[in-house]
Parts: sequence; C-alpha cells; structure tokens
Amino acid sequence: MILDSKIPPGSIENKWTDYKFQMKLVNPANKRKHKIIVVGTGLAGASAAASLAELGYNVHSFTFHDSPRRAHSIAAQGGINAAKNYPNDGDSVHRLFYDTVKGGDFRAREANVHRLAEISTQIIDHCVAQGVPFAREYGGLLDNRSFGGAQVSRTFYARGQTGQQLLLGAYQSLMRQVGLGAVKLHTRREMLDVVVVDGQTRGIIVRNLVTGELERHEADAVVLATGGYGRVFYLSTNAVGCNVTATWRAHKRGALFANPCFTQIHPTCIPVTGDHQSKLTLMSESLRNDGRVWVPKTAGDKRSPEKIPESERFYFLEEKYPSFGNLVPRDVASRNAKQVCDQGLGVGETGLAVYLDFSDAIKRLGKDKIAEKYGNLFQMYDKITDENPYQVPMRIYPAVHYTMGGLWVDYNLMSNLPGLHVLGEANFSDHGANRLGASALMQGLADGYFIIPHTIGHYLASNKIPKVTTDHPAFVDAENSVKARQDKLLAVKGNKPAMEFHRQLGKVMWDYCGMARNEAGLKIALDEIPKIREAFWKEVSVTGSGQDLNMALEEAGRIADFLEFGELLVLDAYTRRESCGGHFREESQVGEGEALRDDNNFCHVAAWEFKGVGQKSELHKEPLAFDNVHLTQRSYK
Amino acid sequence: MNQKLSFLLRLWRQKDGNSQGKFQEIRMKDIPPDMSFLEMLDEANNDLIRKGEEPVAFESDCREGICGTCSLVVNGLPHGSDPGTTVCQLFMRRFNDGATITVEPWRAKAFPVIKDLVTDRSAFDQIISAGGFVSVNTGGAPDANATAIRKCDADTAMDAAACIGCGACVAACPNASAMLFVSAKVSHLGHLPQGQPERERRVVRMVQKMDELGFGNCSNRYECEAACPKEISVEHIARMNRDYGFASLLGTERERGNSGAG
Ligand SMILES: Cc1cc2nc3c(=O)[nH]c(=O)nc-3n(C[C@H](O)[C@H](O)[C@H](O)COP(=O)(O)OP(=O)(O)OC[C@H]3O[C@@H](n4cnc5c(N)ncnc54)[C@H](O)[C@@H]3O)c2cc1C
Ligand code: FES
Repeated sequence: MILDSKIPPGSIENKWTDYKFQMKLVNPANKRKHKIIVVGTGLAGASAAASLAELGYNVHSFTFHDSPRRAHSIAAQGGINAAKNYPNDGDSVHRLFYDTVKGGDFRAREANVHRLAEISTQIIDHCVAQGVPFAREYGGLLDNRSFGGAQVSRTFYARGQTGQQLLLGAYQSLMRQVGLGAVKLHTRREMLDVVVVDGQTRGIIVRNLVTGELERHEADAVVLATGGYGRVFYLSTNAVGCNVTATWRAHKRGALFANPCFTQIHPTCIPVTGDHQSKLTLMSESLRNDGRVWVPKTAGDKRSPEKIPESERFYFLEEKYPSFGNLVPRDVASRNAKQVCDQGLGVGETGLAVYLDFSDAIKRLGKDKIAEKYGNLFQMYDKITDENPYQVPMRIYPAVHYTMGGLWVDYNLMSNLPGLHVLGEANFSDHGANRLGASALMQGLADGYFIIPHTIGHYLASNKIPKVTTDHPAFVDAENSVKARQDKLLAVKGNKPAMEFHRQLGKVMWDYCGMARNEAGLKIALDEIPKIREAFWKEVSVTGSGQDLNMALEEAGRIADFLEFGELLVLDAYTRRESCGGHFREESQVGEGEALRDDNNFCHVAAWEFKGVGQKSELHKEPLAFDNVHLTQRSYK
Repeated sequence: MNQKLSFLLRLWRQKDGNSQGKFQEIRMKDIPPDMSFLEMLDEANNDLIRKGEEPVAFESDCREGICGTCSLVVNGLPHGSDPGTTVCQLFMRRFNDGATITVEPWRAKAFPVIKDLVTDRSAFDQIISAGGFVSVNTGGAPDANATAIRKCDADTAMDAAACIGCGACVAACPNASAMLFVSAKVSHLGHLPQGQPERERRVVRMVQKMDELGFGNCSNRYECEAACPKEISVEHIARMNRDYGFASLLGTERERGNSGAG
C-alpha cells in the first residue's frame, strides 16, 4: 500500500493558500444535496459541523453524550496557542511552526504543521467574535501566557477554563445551526461501525443508547472527531467516557492507525492515591509559569516542605535546563520527575510525587493575582487532596493525558478510506511524538473551522458519489456484526465487572509501555494483553439487556475495544526502536536520560493495517522529510 | 483520618420514564475516605454486577467538575451539601462513618427520568438553540484585538459563562425554574460588545423557549444560587429581567424582518 500524503507542491509558506485556490468547489445550490455525517461534538466535531452547515451542507451530528456541550474538550484548562505576536516578543507563524515541529521531536509533517500555525491567528479572531470571554488586560486587549516548549507568550486563555469556553463557542454555533434546521443533532448515539460501499465510506451504524436500537445512517462523507484513546491506560486525565471505539472500528474496516505508541504523559497531575481511583486530575501546565518544581536534595528527607531550606532543595528543571527552566516540554518534564523519584527523592506518602511550589510567586505577585490566574485550579486541588496550595506546595506526578497517534490522514484530513475524514485528537497529524501545551485546542479548531470545510468540498466535487440507501448489503452486514458483538458480550455471563479487566490492562500498559519502555517489558506486555482479553471474553459479566439504557454494556464494549487496541499500541512501541518525544525507549538515550532519535531508521510515520484480532498488523511507512526545520537533536538546555 | 468508612446507600431505581420508581438499599463498607462519591457508586455497581444484578444507571464523564454531566441529588440537595461542588468532586471524607445516604435523580418536569438516576436535560440545548449564541459564521471575523473590552466586563462575562449546564439550579428550585441557567447565558453574551446586536432578540427568544418547555417561574427563592456548583450569582437573573423588560418595551421593532432562529 502506498501512503500518499497529498502534500501540495510549492513553498511551505504558500502551499495552503495555493491549494485552497486549486481545490474544486461545490456549487452553493448543490451543497444542500450533500449529506455529511460528523461523529463527535468536541472542539473538532462541533466546529466542523457548524462550519459545514453554515456553508449549506446537510449535516448530521452524532455524540454519545446527552448534549454536545459535554464533549471532553470542555475539560481543557490552560489555553490555546496562536501566533498573534500581540506581546511583541518575537512570535510569528514561522516560530510557532518551528516550535511545534521541534516540540514534536521531528515526527510530524512539516506541511501540516505550517498550515496549523498559519490558521492559528484566525481561530482567535473567530472565537472572540463568538463571544468567548478570553482573559484581558486593563487596557481591554487580550492577555497571553507561556506554555512549555516555547520562549514566547502566545497562549490565550479564559481563566482555567479555556476548553470550556472554546467548546461553548463552538457548541453555540452548532446549536444555532440546529435551530436553523441545517444540522440534525443525534445525541445519546454511540457509533459502532463505519459502512464502506464500493470503496467509499458511506455511513455509520449507531446504537441509540436510550432504546438500544441499532440505526443505520447513510451520507456522502463521514467525519470522525471522536477524541483520543488515553483511557487505554485506565488511569488518565481523560473523562471516563473517552474511548477508542469509533476509530478502532474504522480501523477494523480498513483505516490505518498511525503512531499509536505516541502518547503523552503530562508532568503536572495530582498523584495516584490508591487503587480505587477512576481517573486522575490534571493541574494545568500554565501553573508552570509561576510554580517552581523541586524535590529535597537528600533521599528520604521526610520534613514538611516549608522546613526544607532553599539550599537543600533540588530545582531539577531549572538546574538542568537553564534556558527553558520549568517550561521545558511535557515529555522532558515528565521524564525528569520520574528520574528523581526513581532516585528516591520523591515526596508524599508513595514517594511518587514532586513539589510544584507557588510561594515565590505569591510573594512576588500577591495571593490575589495568583488566585485570579489559577483560582479554579487551586480550588480543584484543594477539593481533591484536602490541602491548600496557597499554603503548602502542590504535589504532582506525571499521568497519561493525550494521544498524538490516531487514524492516519492525508493533507486533506482524509484517511486511506475514501470519504472518511478524521479530525482533532482522533487523527495523528500535527504533533509528532510530543504535543506542546495549548496546541490541541488549536489543532481541533483549525481542523474543524478552517480545514475540513475546504477539503471535504474538494472530495465531494472531485468524486462520483452514487446514491445509496441503508438497505444496501454493506449496511446490513455492518449492523449484523455490531449486533453479534453486543449479543456476545451479553452472553458471556461471567462474574467479573468489565472495569476489573480495564484496570488490569491499564496496569500492564503503564508498567511496560508508560513513561519508559524497553524491549523486554514490551514483550511481556505483548504476552499479557491477549491473556487479559481472553479472560475478559470468558469471565466478564454484563447484566441487563440490549434493549434499553445499559451503561454496563456500553462500558464493556469500549473496554473490549481497548483490549484489542492496546496490543497494537504496544506493538508500535516495540517496533519503534528509537526514543522520540513521549516515546522513550531506554535502549536509545544520551546524556542524562535525553531521548535519542534514530533518524536513519525511524524518520517515518508508522501506519498499521488491521489483519484480524490477535493477528500481527501490517506496518506501512510514510517517510518524513524536513526541508524547513533542520533535523537536529532537541535541546532545551 | 485513614480509617475506612461504612454507609447505607438508598439509591433511586426506576426502569424508565413510564414506570414507578423506588429506593434500593445497599450497604457499603471499607470505603477509603479519599474515594470520590462516584467511585463509591462504581464500587456499589461492581458489587451488583458480581451478583448478576443490573447496576444503577448514573451519568458522569469528566469527574472534575466541568462537563456538567453528573447530576445526583444527595440527601435532598443537588450535588450534595458541599458548596460550589459538583457531586463528582465530592469525597467520602465529607460523610460521617455509618451515615445513610439517599441518592435521587434531578426532579423536574422539564427533565424527565430516563432510567434510575439519569434524566433527559436536552431542554437546555433547545434553549441555547433558540438564541444563546452570537450569529457569526466562520470566516469573516475582524482581528481579535480590534475591539477593546473593559476588563471588568470581560470578567463578569466569564463569571456568567462558567455555567456548566448541569441543571442543579432547576433541580433545586421549588418551581423547577431555569432562570439561573438562562440568565447566565444572557448575561455572558450581554456583557460583551459581540453580543449587543442580538441582545433583545436573544433574551426574548430564550425566555419564550424556556416557558414553552415547561420550566416554572422564578419566585426569588434563590435556591438555585445555593445549589450552583459554579456559584453563579442570582444578580444575572435581575439583569436578565431588565433586558427582558426593555426588549418587550421595544417589542418586535428591533427584530425587524427576520424570523429564523438565527
Ligand atoms: C484535562 C485536560 C486538559 C487539557 N487542557 C488542554 C489545554 O489547555 N490546551 C490544549 O490545547 N489542549 C488541552 N487538552 C487536550 C484537548 O482538550 C483535547 O485534545 C481536545 O479537546 C480533543 O478535542 P476533540 O474534539 O478531538 O475530542 P473530544 O473533545 O474528546 O470529543 C470527542 C467527541 O466524540 C464523541 N464520541 C467519541 N466516541 C464516539 C462514538 N463511538 N460515538 C459517538 N460519539 C463519540 C464524544 O461524545 C465527543 O463529543 C487537555 C486535555 C485534558 C484531558
Ligand atoms: S462528571 Fe463532569 S461535572 Fe461531574
């Protein structure tokens, strides 16, 4: 299989502009005749559905949530990047492009990243026009802050609730189109298969989560914006409903899965306290603007933090990386936290935590200023830990947070299955092996507001799309296979709740394919995961029926998919025998634990083709070329 | 503090919107105090599953107080008794050992029960659809800094925009009124220059829709503010009433010639 990324010719600065002119257009009068299915109503899906409807397409929007506003994007805290250069600190489209390629450790496509940087400024304009209440200065203009991996302030924010405000903006635009009759909204519907007719993606099968009914929906094109798969680790900062089901089922129908092992471990999360936990909570990276990360210099120092004098504190990020300090990229910050804890310097009951200390910032700026910037995060921390971070330093530890991998897409954001487009965290496109903070919101909105409205038109205008109806055998087949899987889950009648298998899977993933990975460990994981999967299908208990709201059934279905997908993630990690970004192979490092890439052998996108559950997937490689950012070993010293 | 806790749970069970509901009692023991309320319910459900029974349906997603999905009345109070806290952010250390805990769904005409503790809150989406937006299409926006906005206005807009759409305000109100929810959106957009062109139209349409959907009237009891996990102030209701009065005075004149919802 040849992976054609369809990157248009021309200089990096002009590609997108020229390409927009070259793409075919759908006549305004014909747009209404094209039905487009958008699955997911997060930033990527809601922005896409609203924008496509504004253009006149007949849009059908699906979400398993009860309302589009609940999508996981709502939880994003810190901010969204844009190359506005309002602070006059030397930012530009080129610098955002450069930082993102470098931050991703040279494993993303230059052309995609440049387009993202170009579009970033329009996103902010549009969101302000929608009424997104970004933070402002006294002069009335927009305020910015810094995020990891950048030496400029280019992050726009709305207190600690940036994702919420951006999503509400997109949601309101979507609901406006619903009111106008341009979007038909289908809530509480879980997509369980895509339908391919004569090589084109022509629809989906969904389960109505209230009645249990399986529904067939046909369209001229399908857009998946179903988010990331971080919950394969069980514990993560993701919402408990996040899953891989939509993308995994598409993968099983032929869509390639790219770089599944590129997962992001976020350095600043509230540490694990016990095995009862259902999820972990992020403390936004923005806190690293003012918080200082440290551990005691001596192992086993159990004094409370305020009793440890300055001279006996190890500010490990500031000392090791003087130019970026506490604002090194996430992968670097996480690995360093793990290292100091592995050396016995960790704090708290478990020894798996480091301090994030605001006392200097509170002295410098005053408590009120800190409260204004981070109040809701401090409150959240207090609620969860019962400790007041204005008085004692926060304790933090890395946790799974984001997934850079996803379905393979070309420059048009279309997968290798014609007609199947993939947006937001669900695709693999822009972040390489490590995503910089505040760049996911940017990417989701770039994809939905400003890219897909053009590229999907080009697809519809350049292909013949014959009429199909939902009684086509491909629809019948897909529905039958969904039904069979559901019946099989209900028929096991074991005695263990699905969650137990999810926890087991998560533990294997975290222990062997987490912050540090090595060949021996990955082999163990490749051995263990199929065993857990087999046990699941023998012992799981799913009570209730398929004929009404049955959350245990929904959950078991998602876990069953994770149990298949996890194996592919580990296989990818095993096959990529280099370290890059968030993928740290212990065999491949330099100096004090810095990731060492192997550009001779691994400067490619690894796109996997499904060959059957338990069968080895087939690897396809898309080579990456770096013509504009020089391929070098990353350094944040 | 680290000693394990026990509780008697009384959980509302209701097969569907047309059936009668009743409480099921479940004893929970060995609960660690740092377990969250929903994690405790997960455990209760896992026990039911192990016994071959159907777990109790309840909704949650982010489990960090921002998505607005969780929606339980705990001991008579929406989201429980901790002020400014969603039930997903409630921890078991806040309950006394041995306590009886009653868990019910939101109860309001406009939020019918779907099953057990799950209700249908899509009425909120319909209210937003009626006018809770700025009518701006993707593409033509001016530079984000073209219009300066006073910081205090941006801050008030953000205070109102912090609403998570959970519906606790409706569940807490003796009249099941949605005034706090609607006013938060009206006030968010009304404080920004971008929201001015549709200001009257928005408030009229949203209020009309709210009435149509069967939410009750506001009788200034302010239970909504007390229950709101984001502590949204009832001042927004006063502001909305002013806007509404003004818009009604102006009548349809301001709405000239446009009948679509957008
Ligand atoms: C706690 C947290 C904080 C973050 N903070 C930031 C930040 O400050 N800045 C930043 O840039 N990024 C941040 N991120 C990352 C960012 O929020 C996400 O990557 C991004 O919002 C994903 O958006 P999305 O639209 O791709 O997917 P989501 O918002 O996850 O939406 C997925 C949608 O798909 C639907 N869906 C999924 N599967 C199905 C199915 N099978 N059938 C039907 N519907 C389905 C869901 O209902 C939902 O509507 C953060 C992430 C987390 C976890
Ligand atoms: S689950 Fe999201 S607010 Fe409670």
